[in-house]
Amino acid sequence: MRIRITFTKQGALRYIGHLDLHRLWERAMRRAELPLSYSQGFHPQPKISLAAALPLGFSSRAEVMDVRLNEEIAVEDLSARLKDSLPPDIKVVQVRTVDEKLPALQTQTLSAAYDVHLTEPVAGSELKRRVEGLMMSESLIRERRGKSYDLRPLVEMLSVVGMADGSSWLKMTLAAREGATGRPEEVLGALGIEADTARVERTRLIFKE
Amino acid sequence: MFTPEQIEAKLERILLKVERPGRYVGGELNATIKDWDSVTARAAFIFPDIYDIGISNVGLKVLYDQVNQREDALAQRAYAPWLDMETLMRQHGIPLYALESKRPLACFDLIGFTLPYETLYTNALNILDLAGIPIRSADRDESHPIVIAGGHSATNPEPMHAFIDAFVVGEGEEVIHEIIDVIIKWKACAEQRRSVESGNPLSTFHREDVLREFAKLPGVYVPRFYQTTYMEDGTVAATEPVIPEAPRLVKKRIVAKLPPPPIKFIVPNIDVVHNRVSVEIMRGCTRGCRFCQAGMITRPVRERSVQEVVDAADAAVRSTGFEELALMSLSSSDYTYIKDLVDAISKRFEGRKLTVSLPSLRIESVSIELMEKLKQHRSGGFTLAPEAASERMRRIINKFIPDEDIIKTTNEIYSRGWTTIKLYFMIGHPSETLEDVQAIADLCKRVIAEGRKVAGWKVKLNAGVSTFVPKPQTPFQWVSCDTRANILEKQALLKRELFKDRNIKLSWTKPDDTLIEAWLSRGDRRIAEVIYTAWKNGAKFDAWEEGRKFDTWIAAFEEHGLDPAFYTYRQRRTDEVFPWEHITTAVRKNFLFQDFRMSLEGQIRVDCRLNCYACGILPTFANLRRDNPGEGWKCPEVKSPTKKMEMELPLVGD
Ligand code: SF4
Repeated sequence: MRIRITFTKQGALRYIGHLDLHRLWERAMRRAELPLSYSQGFHPQPKISLAAALPLGFSSRAEVMDVRLNEEIAVEDLSARLKDSLPPDIKVVQVRTVDEKLPALQTQTLSAAYDVHLTEPVAGSELKRRVEGLMMSESLIRERRGKSYDLRPLVEMLSVVGMADGSSWLKMTLAAREGATGRPEEVLGALGIEADTARVERTRLIFKE
Repeated sequence: MFTPEQIEAKLERILLKVERPGRYVGGELNATIKDWDSVTARAAFIFPDIYDIGISNVGLKVLYDQVNQREDALAQRAYAPWLDMETLMRQHGIPLYALESKRPLACFDLIGFTLPYETLYTNALNILDLAGIPIRSADRDESHPIVIAGGHSATNPEPMHAFIDAFVVGEGEEVIHEIIDVIIKWKACAEQRRSVESGNPLSTFHREDVLREFAKLPGVYVPRFYQTTYMEDGTVAATEPVIPEAPRLVKKRIVAKLPPPPIKFIVPNIDVVHNRVSVEIMRGCTRGCRFCQAGMITRPVRERSVQEVVDAADAAVRSTGFEELALMSLSSSDYTYIKDLVDAISKRFEGRKLTVSLPSLRIESVSIELMEKLKQHRSGGFTLAPEAASERMRRIINKFIPDEDIIKTTNEIYSRGWTTIKLYFMIGHPSETLEDVQAIADLCKRVIAEGRKVAGWKVKLNAGVSTFVPKPQTPFQWVSCDTRANILEKQALLKRELFKDRNIKLSWTKPDDTLIEAWLSRGDRRIAEVIYTAWKNGAKFDAWEEGRKFDTWIAAFEEHGLDPAFYTYRQRRTDEVFPWEHITTAVRKNFLFQDFRMSLEGQIRVDCRLNCYACGILPTFANLRRDNPGEGWKCPEVKSPTKKMEMELPLVGD
């Protein structure tokens, strides 16, 4: 059976990379004694696939992962068993079964939504002006790892949320397709905000229906 | 002092700038998080190397569990930050903190280091410094934690005597509770002092009193209560207690019966060196290899039952999800029920994806059968440790395995499908010549040549050749280290002889590594200043290529007017008083000396399970043995009253 798990990744777990997360889940499944399916071959790999890598340091309220199991197990049972076998900073939000024949999860991911809180606040009006400027531009050529690319089409939504106390934070939705992934720190860079003054949380992954 | 929130906020600014930030954040499954305010005593246990290595240490895990099981105490962990992290922590003014609570180590009542090897000494100093705790024991006051240390290097605690308030010699499972009890008394009195002004007798219980109490605990050594005097030639005249509470001779602590092994291993969230469950099947060793400190200092042999090992392994694998299980001991083949154990393990874990490692197997075909039963991937290679290759050398070190047995076993390993064999040797044993080293090269060539006859050209051999360092509390504590020139010549010979064959891979230890270890392991109290100066001038991570600063060490020796050669290249007089003379692992000095003499004559002393040589363990622990009859211990049973035996067999010297 194929199951889709939505989970949070917070606190200490923000500093755990993609490969380590993969392994963490493999161990969690073993602890929960779930019958994981493994690939064939000399070095069998568990059939676990994570929708979209979360950059180091970001927290998430909704990571999504598909897992294949050898046996049918009731969904309620799965959540209960997983609950006790995960480290404290990962919590299962939802477990559901999905059609075995659906294409791979990574190919179905479209975009990702983020909340960005700033530890060194920029005045709300100034932030609004910069955000508007970015959204109005036709293209936004940036360089990353020696290659230039256009960030603008990857930004689907970007807005400033003002709070009653005068502080403000950012909400954004960025493309997360294979080969076209918008990175929040790049958007922050374009807005003139230092990445290490921002706390980024992924709030949602959006998939093809 | 910073709050956990302040530390977390500061960390947030730097963690993404360091390699593998997962080392510094905790949050692992099975870590114990207790409410800080719900307990009286708080201990931080530290493995002074990086997280990736320290997290798998079983000794600290045992203590961590022991303390956390108490209602009145908690234990947390810390490791040495790697160089990149240390730089940033210092830049941002972040003190070293415990992973569980993110509280600065200076907030704890007790700091417990494990010092399994000497190259961690500078790291321990660095950690105290990073934690903002005075490095020297003498500079700490009522407001600072008590700093204790244990582990194999506590069998000669003197080089670290100036920095550690108290050492635990031997096994810590029981004594840690006695230590915590004293800490609790200290805390309670401090509390009273705050509320009641004076006049209360309890309120005079200060740091010094804590240490006095510690000095009374069997197995605990408090260096400040001892004084060392020296002879004109620089050797020790005596180390004697200066207060009545401190015993003349600190005897190591042991547990009569091994307590249940830890099950809830902490599961790291990042990849570390040993991702595995370790279950100790037996403690101690009866083989008596003369170079092996572990074998001498962990006696007597005590075994766990097959049932206990298998159940613990099963529970631990379930609670961690680890893919590997290591059955730990100094000599697996000597475990009485090894066949039954292997059968039971392979049956219990049938069909589950688990790698089982069984280290230190004897060189005999039974070992191959054991490994086959465990159905291990043959790709992992098969490890054997002949240690020496000439008959003369094998007699000297008391590890006698004839070439024919080795060849017979290696042939069988190759023909049963393993393509790689790892052979461990040691060079630099006492009186070793180039001929003895040539024998190592010849044996390697023969192993692979014979292997090719039975299994074809695919066979491979990894020869790991380390360098012997004479250790305290062993029969070789009297001998000189081999010189750097000799070691280089011997290593050159091996390279010349073995590099030609592409299927033989040779690895060796750098002479610099060996020397640092050699100075420290048989050092006296004066070495403490050398350690301090070397650390002050940048020495740390001495076991790492990236950290080691050999010249800094040499300069530190010079600064203090000490000659490194005095510690390394000097054959000790037969009547020499050692810096560790006042510490005993219960194996008597005259037994060690007799064994040393036997080695000079090439005499073998066989396994003491077959024939007790009265090494000193039994008279020291006669009561424990008498109260724990049966086959758990491998020493003979004791029935007679203890008092008499103790009088008949003095512990040290004749
Ligand atoms: S007392 Fe005897 S049997 Fe026990 S460790 Fe010593 S020599 Fe071996």
